[in-house]
Amino acid sequence: MTTRTLQFKIYRYDPDTDQKPYMQDISVEIDATDRKLLDALVKLKAKDDAIAFRRSCREGVCGSDALNINGRNGLACLTDIASFPEGKPIVLRPLPGLPVIRDLIVDMTQFFKQYHSIKPYLINNDPPPERERLQSPEEREELNGLYECILCACCSTSCPSFWWNPDKFVGPAGLLAAYRFIADTRDQATSERLDNLEDPYRLFRCHTIMNCVDVCPKGLNPTKAIGKIKDMMVQRAI
Amino acid sequence: MVNRKIVGAHYGLRDWLAQRITGVVMAVFTLIVGLGLIQGAGASYESWRGFMSAGLMRFVSFLFIVSLCWHAWVGVRDIWMDYIQPAGIKLTLHVLTLLALIGYAGWAAQIIWRL
Repeated sequence: MTTRTLQFKIYRYDPDTDQKPYMQDISVEIDATDRKLLDALVKLKAKDDAIAFRRSCREGVCGSDALNINGRNGLACLTDIASFPEGKPIVLRPLPGLPVIRDLIVDMTQFFKQYHSIKPYLINNDPPPERERLQSPEEREELNGLYECILCACCSTSCPSFWWNPDKFVGPAGLLAAYRFIADTRDQATSERLDNLEDPYRLFRCHTIMNCVDVCPKGLNPTKAIGKIKDMMVQRAI
Repeated sequence: MVNRKIVGAHYGLRDWLAQRITGVVMAVFTLIVGLGLIQGAGASYESWRGFMSAGLMRFVSFLFIVSLCWHAWVGVRDIWMDYIQPAGIKLTLHVLTLLALIGYAGWAAQIIWRL
């Protein structure tokens, strides 16, 4: 079986032993059957089991292996090894803007705090019908491109507004989820949800630079959702 | 005091909308001045003065000055909001920006209306 050697430059930091973070040069032999970056990371882990990274489903559904790969956020399990240029080391860093726990693992507390702040659940005080709350196909259509978010944080951690104000700006992932419930005809808290975002920081720190759209591994468009929230606010105000 | 993060000042939409509307006003004013220049308003001091001191131009140029200052207020404050964290420094910068822009607006109006 043909093998290939991959060169890596990996961000290493163990707060118990390291004074400060450093970049480690390391290489690993991969087999022809290793297709994704995560496959190579698993091989790396077998070689040096001190390297720490998160992973779970290995198929782009759980969102746990988000990394900064060659300067760009993405999921290790969806990144093709074949997409890396030959002869150049692959630079892996933790997601930018969040505190590093160890090596490639970041503390996502702030990210999820913002996600929870938009109340990511259906609010409907009517007694539930016998079977289910119905929507027309058109109403359901509006939720496409919103519900698929896996909360990997690639988008929010590539957003400078989120870097500067992670405690006040909801961030693209949270705002996409916010619009998912604002757009849902079964939800009754639309006005409260808009109130919750009508603040110069929570929504309006977005300056539409679209880094979020650029990196989303699921191909979603938070900027479009943010624009629709703004449209609804304008409609409400005039 | 416990350090709690406070958000919910309900002027996000107002300022965002104002920035867009003032942007349109400035774009239209630029077009008007551009058309004036094409028609030779800039040929001499007298023709330029005549162009700028017409009643409609006084009205439009004042709107432009107000729009420019308002637009700059939202934009510059955005920069302070993004990059300056301590509340005291941020408030000081906000006040200084506002005072400077009000001063500029008054000064500019004085110049335009003196024609």
